[in-house]
Amino acid sequence: MIVNYEETSRTLTINFDGEIDHHSCGEIATISDDAIKKYLPLKLIFDFKNVKFMDSAGIGMVIGRYKQLMRFGGKAEMVNINNDIKRIFSMVGIFKIIPLVSENAESLANT
Amino acid sequence: MENEMKLEFKSKSSNEAFARITVAAFVSELNPTLEEISDIKTAVSEAVTNSIIHGYEGQDGIIHMNCKIKDRTLEIEIIDYGKGIENIEIAKQPLYTSKPELDRSGMGFTIMENFMDEFKLESIVDVGTKVKMKKTIKEAL
Repeated sequence: MIVNYEETSRTLTINFDGEIDHHSCGEIATISDDAIKKYLPLKLIFDFKNVKFMDSAGIGMVIGRYKQLMRFGGKAEMVNINNDIKRIFSMVGIFKIIPLVSENAESLANT
Repeated sequence: MENEMKLEFKSKSSNEAFARITVAAFVSELNPTLEEISDIKTAVSEAVTNSIIHGYEGQDGIIHMNCKIKDRTLEIEIIDYGKGIENIEIAKQPLYTSKPELDRSGMGFTIMENFMDEFKLESIVDVGTKVKMKKTIKEAL
């Protein structure tokens, strides 16, 4: 699992490259939380473009980061989610609190 | 078609990927769709993760995985000899987790039930837990 992030005017985008499961979530949480603490983003974008597999650990990982954001009023959204990942997130209705934005460009346009 | 395989591995989190990829390779002779493979891999990943986190609570243990193919049906058993589940009905409820501090969603059993055709959970406290799942792979058109 490779986790990359970039920040522009307090919008933090986190890209995951690999498989999201319980094994990789420890590393993802550490890197993401460090970036959140560093930038205190008003908006966090989770980019799933290069995610090849995700199980329910991804739900816990996203909600865990969302809780960090809530401490200072940051918001989150998700982009580039394939159908397999969408099915898992939909089971818990996560898009009600962390909206799914279909394209990266669209998300940037809304900032 | 008939085939069978048995695997045992340590309760290390890196084996979550090993287990799901192995089952995906085993079932490939039935020519499953990408969606069927994804369902199976996700269900296996959930069961093995449960054994590691809850069954053995991060301690060393051995997980057994037995797979069978009968006609077009894949049967998977995932067994641990860990601490077991006190109340199976509560454990199976969507969003219930005994370890919320670990960023766990409590959706593991719900995913296994939804993504597979059959799902059975047997557990005895301090003896272990067995998950049995079946999925029939549709004939390609």
